[in-house]
Amino acid sequence: MRLELRGITKRFGTFTANDAIDLVVEPGQVHALLGENGAGKSTLMNVLFGLYDADEGEVLLDGEPADFEGPGDAMAAGIGMVHQHFMLVPPFTVAENVMLGHEEVRGPAKLLDLDAARAKVKEISERFNFAVDPDAVVEDLPVGAQQRVEIIKALSRDAEVLILDEPTAVLTPQETDELLAIVKDLSKAGTSVVLITHKLREVQAVADTITVIRRGKVVGQAEPTASQEELASLMVGRDVSMTVDKDAAKPGAVMLSVRDLSVVDELGIPRLKHVSFNVKAGEILAIAGVQGNGQTELTEALLGSQPVTSGDALLDGEFITGKPIKDVLMAGLGFVPEDRTEDGLVASMTIANNLILDLHDQPPYASGMALKPSVIDEEAAKHVEQFDIRTTSTEATAGSLSGGNQQKVVLARELSRPLKLLIASNPTRGLDVGSIEFVHKRIIEERDNGTAVLIVSSELDEVVALADRIAVMYHGEIVGIVPPDTDRDTLGLMMAGAKQEEAA
Amino acid sequence: MTATLTEAPQAQPAVDIEVARSWRTPIILGVVGLIAFVLFGLMTEGGGATTTFVLSRPNDLFTIPAITVPAQATAIALTVIAIALAGVSAWGVQNRRKIGMWLPTVYGIALVLAVLVWAGAGRTATSIQLTGLLIGTVVLATPLVFGSLAGTLCERSGIVNIAIEGQLLAGAFLAALVAGAVSSSTGSDSFGAYVGLVAAPIAGALVGAALSLFAVRYWVDQIVVGVVLNVLVVGLTSFFFGTLMRENPELNRAIGLPDLPIPVLSRIPVIGPVLFDQNMLVYLMYAIVIVLNIMLFKSRWGLRVRSVGEHPKAADTVGIKVNRTRVRNTILGGAVAGLGGAFFTVASGLAFNKEMTGGKGYIALAAMILGRWSPKGALAAALLFGFADSLREQFGIIGTSIPSQFLAMLPYLATIFAVAGLVGHVRPPAAENIPYKK
Amino acid sequence: MSAEQTTAKAVEEQDDRSVLRQIAESSGLVVALAVVASIVIGAILVVLASPEVEEALGYFFSRPADTFAAAWEAITGAYTAMFRGSVWNYNGDTFVQQFRPLTESLTMATPLIFAGLGLGIGFRAGLFNIGAQGQIIMGAMIGGWVGFAWDLPWGLHLIVAIIASVLGGALWGFIPGILKAKAGAHEVIVTIMLNYVAANLIAYALSTDAFQLEGSDNPKSPPIAETAQYPLILGDSFRLNLSFLLAIAAAFGVWWLMERSTWGFRFRAVGANARAARTAGMNVPLSIIGVMTIAGALSGFAGSSQILGTESSGLTAGVAGSFGFDAITVALLGRSRPLGTVMAAILFGGFKASGPALQVQAGLPVDIVLVIQSLIVLFIAAPPLVRFLFRLPAPSREKVVAA
Repeated sequence: MRLELRGITKRFGTFTANDAIDLVVEPGQVHALLGENGAGKSTLMNVLFGLYDADEGEVLLDGEPADFEGPGDAMAAGIGMVHQHFMLVPPFTVAENVMLGHEEVRGPAKLLDLDAARAKVKEISERFNFAVDPDAVVEDLPVGAQQRVEIIKALSRDAEVLILDEPTAVLTPQETDELLAIVKDLSKAGTSVVLITHKLREVQAVADTITVIRRGKVVGQAEPTASQEELASLMVGRDVSMTVDKDAAKPGAVMLSVRDLSVVDELGIPRLKHVSFNVKAGEILAIAGVQGNGQTELTEALLGSQPVTSGDALLDGEFITGKPIKDVLMAGLGFVPEDRTEDGLVASMTIANNLILDLHDQPPYASGMALKPSVIDEEAAKHVEQFDIRTTSTEATAGSLSGGNQQKVVLARELSRPLKLLIASNPTRGLDVGSIEFVHKRIIEERDNGTAVLIVSSELDEVVALADRIAVMYHGEIVGIVPPDTDRDTLGLMMAGAKQEEAA
Repeated sequence: MTATLTEAPQAQPAVDIEVARSWRTPIILGVVGLIAFVLFGLMTEGGGATTTFVLSRPNDLFTIPAITVPAQATAIALTVIAIALAGVSAWGVQNRRKIGMWLPTVYGIALVLAVLVWAGAGRTATSIQLTGLLIGTVVLATPLVFGSLAGTLCERSGIVNIAIEGQLLAGAFLAALVAGAVSSSTGSDSFGAYVGLVAAPIAGALVGAALSLFAVRYWVDQIVVGVVLNVLVVGLTSFFFGTLMRENPELNRAIGLPDLPIPVLSRIPVIGPVLFDQNMLVYLMYAIVIVLNIMLFKSRWGLRVRSVGEHPKAADTVGIKVNRTRVRNTILGGAVAGLGGAFFTVASGLAFNKEMTGGKGYIALAAMILGRWSPKGALAAALLFGFADSLREQFGIIGTSIPSQFLAMLPYLATIFAVAGLVGHVRPPAAENIPYKK
Repeated sequence: MSAEQTTAKAVEEQDDRSVLRQIAESSGLVVALAVVASIVIGAILVVLASPEVEEALGYFFSRPADTFAAAWEAITGAYTAMFRGSVWNYNGDTFVQQFRPLTESLTMATPLIFAGLGLGIGFRAGLFNIGAQGQIIMGAMIGGWVGFAWDLPWGLHLIVAIIASVLGGALWGFIPGILKAKAGAHEVIVTIMLNYVAANLIAYALSTDAFQLEGSDNPKSPPIAETAQYPLILGDSFRLNLSFLLAIAAAFGVWWLMERSTWGFRFRAVGANARAARTAGMNVPLSIIGVMTIAGALSGFAGSSQILGTESSGLTAGVAGSFGFDAITVALLGRSRPLGTVMAAILFGGFKASGPALQVQAGLPVDIVLVIQSLIVLFIAAPPLVRFLFRLPAPSREKVVAA
């Protein structure tokens, strides 16, 4: 099927997310849609998929204008989409998720025909060599398997155009390669694939055509043979250095010492298993690994928001496990959570208030029980200036800021205390390149000030760029700690559970 | 690079992490058991006092003789069984074994029987009417079942329905009004009552429609809408009760649905009068529980409704109309609760009165939670509350030293214990009380 | 999802996350129009219920004007009765008779202010406390017992009785607070259940010798000792007592607590995003317990204004009236802010005070007040509906998305 988008414009209030975008996807082609975070790629695809109504422009399928009221129409027309955030119902089984929306029924009572759904899941799984159990409950599956369920879902509806939205964000390098192989198989079988991504490597590996989007506009087409530098500058609009500038680390004494730390969650599932490592003052230890392998539990256990089942952690010789979060923060831990809107900010409170969430009851912001509004405002103004937070006022709500500026508020707050250890989880997720550079620069400055830094990132590029040492986590264990110049294949194997000595 | 890593180890390797055991359940069972042992076991009248349980009714097919037991010995035995069960529960925790629902069930029955033995001890004139107790259970559970089914229908689609109370009251009001109007114009009370029964769900559906309007269209917090709608319905029904019904007494008479005993079945001892000698509303209740339980978990409609309540966006991406589903379910739920409201007037043969639902809608909400958002569970929880109510009535008749107010508190306290986690972790539909916006 | 969408969505969710915010941001115009719309619907009910209108409708086609005249009379009859009952009785013979309705409104408003303030703190802290009714009952029960059973000197007795009331209410707020904080029990369910438990407790208490008036079988306690009664502030002709001034003082206190104190800062942060508050080192369980206990204490204060004030002739099971439930609508209408709560409480206090006049002079059940009250809250919670009803243009919805 030939898919064409003509002059698609989509606005959110005063913000134009898509500005007169034209795009043609030929049958059987892998078309990469390249752009940095916030460029408008997902919005465009949501318009195509009928989730958003375009303000202007039209969608043509094989030359015929198509008007989708909702995703149901888009799917009926042969468009399938694998969303970045999976659209699976967690407590349902794989078969139930696959059948949802086009269920087959049987018998006089017209009850669900689960056998038919199971057979379909099996058939597609076998065709593409996915090992997916139709009766597994989705929330119990690892993310890689969930993604395969999403693909099965789209294929079970005979999709002729498959949209993959940032599909590799949750995969190991090897799983990524497998997915890219699947994409090639699909396109050989005649399915058109739209691959939305900001990762140049993937684009070059698999795309037939590349369209680059910047700030809601198409800024160019490129061939897969174009160099990474060319693609990057087209994507960002200026020359981008592909590396982070930093001097060699000057590690000092051990600041954080984690010993035999284990976490078992409420359901009795072990999430962290006997983890031990040290971080020294003035070095960055980056934890690599596919999301969901215990990194969240590790950082939250260190902060104290996750109860520890056994083991302990010492910050500069003092126990921090088993202490209230407040005490841990005051002992010199800076914490940048992985989900800034959920854990980092109170979106409905002002920027000024968000900057003192941690210190609101300490001098100079308070004396006794009374807050001091004038001091709070003055300090907020200083922070906004220092961290280049783009806002009209410190009294604006944190929710009104863009992702990059929100993250700067979190950083400004966490770096305003004297720190011994900074923990930052996926500190640049979803940010534009400018903000990413700013955040990286600040983290390295903090390291150079002699703070121990623990970075968790599921982006291997970020890990390699920042780390002085890399620890790889898999299934709640640290499978190895390796130098930053370790090659990607080795890291990838470790992220899939191979021990250091096996992988190297 | 010699590693051959064909498959990542998927199975969780055995882990030697020691997890703290939770002793909460055995401790509570044990403490309650011990208290019962002292209060109802040891304190039961001894010295040959007996308790008599009556099971049969006059027109049963055959007669089961009344059962008379030595009071103190039986009460002690029953409470000892309860304490032993607490021990079994402790053993389970110690050995990390899961013990099924049979344990709390048997435990509960043992304690209830102990209390009954205690209450009936040494009364020669009165005996414990077990069958009557169970009939009362089913009858008193009826509005709760309808109410919690209504809650389940709404919440499974992601709408919190605090307005059950208002829906019951609206149903009770309209049933009485229509029954009065129809019977006074046709001269047939039972015909009027049946028309009233048909009208009741309409009133409930209207309240449901208002809830869905504010919750789905205007994104107002569903708990707030529910609470306020309850006040609105109290105001409206009381207003018309004080004006329309007061000026036209024929519009609010005590009209009742006739009993419809099912031939033969209704004459089986115990089971017959309890289950098969009821009016139309109770039979409708059986049907609705069964149908909804199948529909919700086995039909296309049910799968879609549950997906909307758990992950509306996922449902939307496969072409399911989220908000339409929610509106329909909320109105349907309102209708079910409205039908249940008929219990208070036409199904009980009573005239309408101000605020006559008396908080049953809130108890139904609790039954829904205890029943974990399933029709089957709602039925079980409602029966439990119905039993507590029935027990209170029975004790009121035979007269015990337990103040009736404390018995009246039981369902409320049970609910508090339940939501505080005594019955394990309850997991509501994930998208509850979150408006769906594109 | 891309960053700008996330932000746009976050902004949107922030805008609409809770009805509390909706109400907080609704304009004064919407509030006024909501009141007007509710009064109009109330008028329709009055007409529907009027036998005179019904009668005139019978010969509508011969003399239609009669119907309209009857309807107009019914409406004006109802609303002038409400005015005379709650603001100024211009038919009164003496100044006292003329002025009394206003003081009655303020008297009725007093428990609503206390309880509404408490609920408002809860709403702002993200806790939906439906338990004011039970908290008022517990406050009145314990404070009342101190008031009639203890013998203390003038002044001290009142203070001790007030403290007892406050503690009683606080206890009934603490329970759902700790159950929420430690066991995750939903406060809506627990507070509803505790309302019934409290109702049964007071019924039981009034059947015991400790509470019952000697030699009586009525479920009523002896009257409160004069030493424990709130002094009347406008002389013996009016029921308005000191607790009204205390309620106003409490409103100032709550404002300071929520806007200017570290506790209020925490309450607000926890209410808006408990996870972020916890990550920033705030003690979320303690905050929840604190909010619920303070809310309960304020409702307990409301209980004291009943039993040590207007209901001092003796404790009954009906001591709380429906103040606990009305306070929910008061807090919602008052946007959970102290000033708004005081104003809303006075409005609803006026509605309540007008009940007897409605009944006697217009022959209408007081329940119409409940209808108007609940409609006002519903309309205010849904500004688009009010704008639609009055054909107002939608406000320019700016979804701020910083680049």
